Amino acid sequence: MKFYVKKICTLFLTLFLVMFLAFTAFRIIPGNSAQIALGLDASDEDVAALMHERGLDKPFLESFVSYVGGLLHGDAGISMHYDKPVMEVIKGRLPVTLLTAFLAIFLIIIMAFPIGILTSAIKHPAGETVFTLFNQSFMAVPSFFMGIIITLIFGLILKFFSPGGYIPYNEDLRGCMKYLFWPALAIALPKTAMLVRLIRTGIQKELTKDYVRTAKSKGNNMFRILVLHVMKNAMIPVITFFGMMIAEVLAGSIVVEKVFSLPGLGTLLVSEIGARDYPVVQAIMLYIAFTVIIINFIVDLTYKRFDKRVNV
Amino acid sequence: MSKEKKTTFIIGLVLVGFVLLFVLAGFIHTPYNPNTMAASLKFAKPSLSHPFGCDNMGRDVLSRVMKGASTTFIIGMSTVLIGLVIGTIIGSITGYFGGIVDEILMRLNDTLASFPSILMALVFVALFGTGKYKIIIALGVIFIPSFARIARSEYIVQKNLDYVSNARLIGASNFRNIFVHILPNTRKIMLSSFTIGFNNAVLAEAGMSYMALGVQPPTASLGRMLAESQVYLFRAPWMALAPGLTIVITVLGVSLIGNSLK
Repeated sequence: MKFYVKKICTLFLTLFLVMFLAFTAFRIIPGNSAQIALGLDASDEDVAALMHERGLDKPFLESFVSYVGGLLHGDAGISMHYDKPVMEVIKGRLPVTLLTAFLAIFLIIIMAFPIGILTSAIKHPAGETVFTLFNQSFMAVPSFFMGIIITLIFGLILKFFSPGGYIPYNEDLRGCMKYLFWPALAIALPKTAMLVRLIRTGIQKELTKDYVRTAKSKGNNMFRILVLHVMKNAMIPVITFFGMMIAEVLAGSIVVEKVFSLPGLGTLLVSEIGARDYPVVQAIMLYIAFTVIIINFIVDLTYKRFDKRVNV
Repeated sequence: MSKEKKTTFIIGLVLVGFVLLFVLAGFIHTPYNPNTMAASLKFAKPSLSHPFGCDNMGRDVLSRVMKGASTTFIIGMSTVLIGLVIGTIIGSITGYFGGIVDEILMRLNDTLASFPSILMALVFVALFGTGKYKIIIALGVIFIPSFARIARSEYIVQKNLDYVSNARLIGASNFRNIFVHILPNTRKIMLSSFTIGFNNAVLAEAGMSYMALGVQPPTASLGRMLAESQVYLFRAPWMALAPGLTIVITVLGVSLIGNSLK
């Protein structure tokens, strides 16, 4: 019980800290976003008026409190570039990024576990070398280059999909998922290679332990030992990795969205950094940060379930 | 080193050597001027005079890759050096002394470490703008926590070993213990984290340049070449493959070396 209380307190503290840091950072930067929104030839009075309207001229603490209060009501301010509430700008983009990320994680899981378990049977030194080379090659490909290769091979040469032909999810969910499969694959392949290696070394390490020999001498077959005994122990580092990986998948989708011209959070983030639309940038950053923190929190709790000895 | 580790180490060394040769040659001489355009050479296929072909403006892709790879190498090396030096200093001191400062720094570290480096770099770019030196500083600062964490855990193990207590008995100061006695013993783990950091820096830089938020033209950059190549992917795939494979070979080579050092 004490463990959970402590964890939840840390969670809220971290969330608060991230909000504070993001707010401070975007507050102290040089370059006035109101000036940029109105153009360089705008009069000083107009700029001051817009700053007053958006509450940019309020004292630091006061505006931080009202910002946090707004966030709790689902209000992240007003976009300088679109002149609309930030939430409205983000709303349509969010499902694209989330769908891609979920698909990517799904692909990673269904590819990594079978491959990891199968390759753990490789013991020959030459096989080891080939495995390492193959595995590391996949890890070395940045996800956006993987996206370009996939577009070239499956899109342009084999014509399995038409590059740039994204179908909005609210028009045709099936068609949309079919298209999103490819960006998700581009994100998933390098991460799968990492996970395969982790699963493989985990299993190989566990197989040398005494309890495996005992289980074997009791007449259990290899499959049963793997599923019932070994996997459970080999899972611990895998779960830690999962927390980190979800952050990486989200980050990966920021870049990959551009390759497949998806109208997601990533493309929005990049274009708004260019347009210096700080309220939107800040909101997307916070959104991703919160997702990462909350997932890590869940991972920590799962960790405890798998290994009761852990005292995080 | 086991036999298979030796093999992968040598393969890694060859790959990195190959890229390094390109980079070093690019400093002195490139076959063509990387920025000279020629209408007659638009989308020229790879040939003997242009091994990697020409791009949409008739520029020689090989020359551009050589310049771009050197930018990537410089950024990767400088950022990792910043992270390594500052991170090791912070990690060694907090790990050696422990206490409340150590506790606070490490909590902060954990939070920072859970964010993907490219996202952090984008925050920096949003705040301070783009450009080669800003990218170096941004990525360098971002890598400090990971190095600090590794150095710290190594120092926590080492500081309780006999040789450190012996040195203390002889009268070695804390400063001497940290930098003269313990530091050399962390070289193996720091070297292998150096390779991981370098790869992360290369990938982050390439991703940012790809999104046009990294180094700005006229500085050549592999990521930007990839972004420009995409429109002509079917017509001139070599425009994408040459810079892309250069990144892959660099990262693969370095990670094979780092992997064998573990």
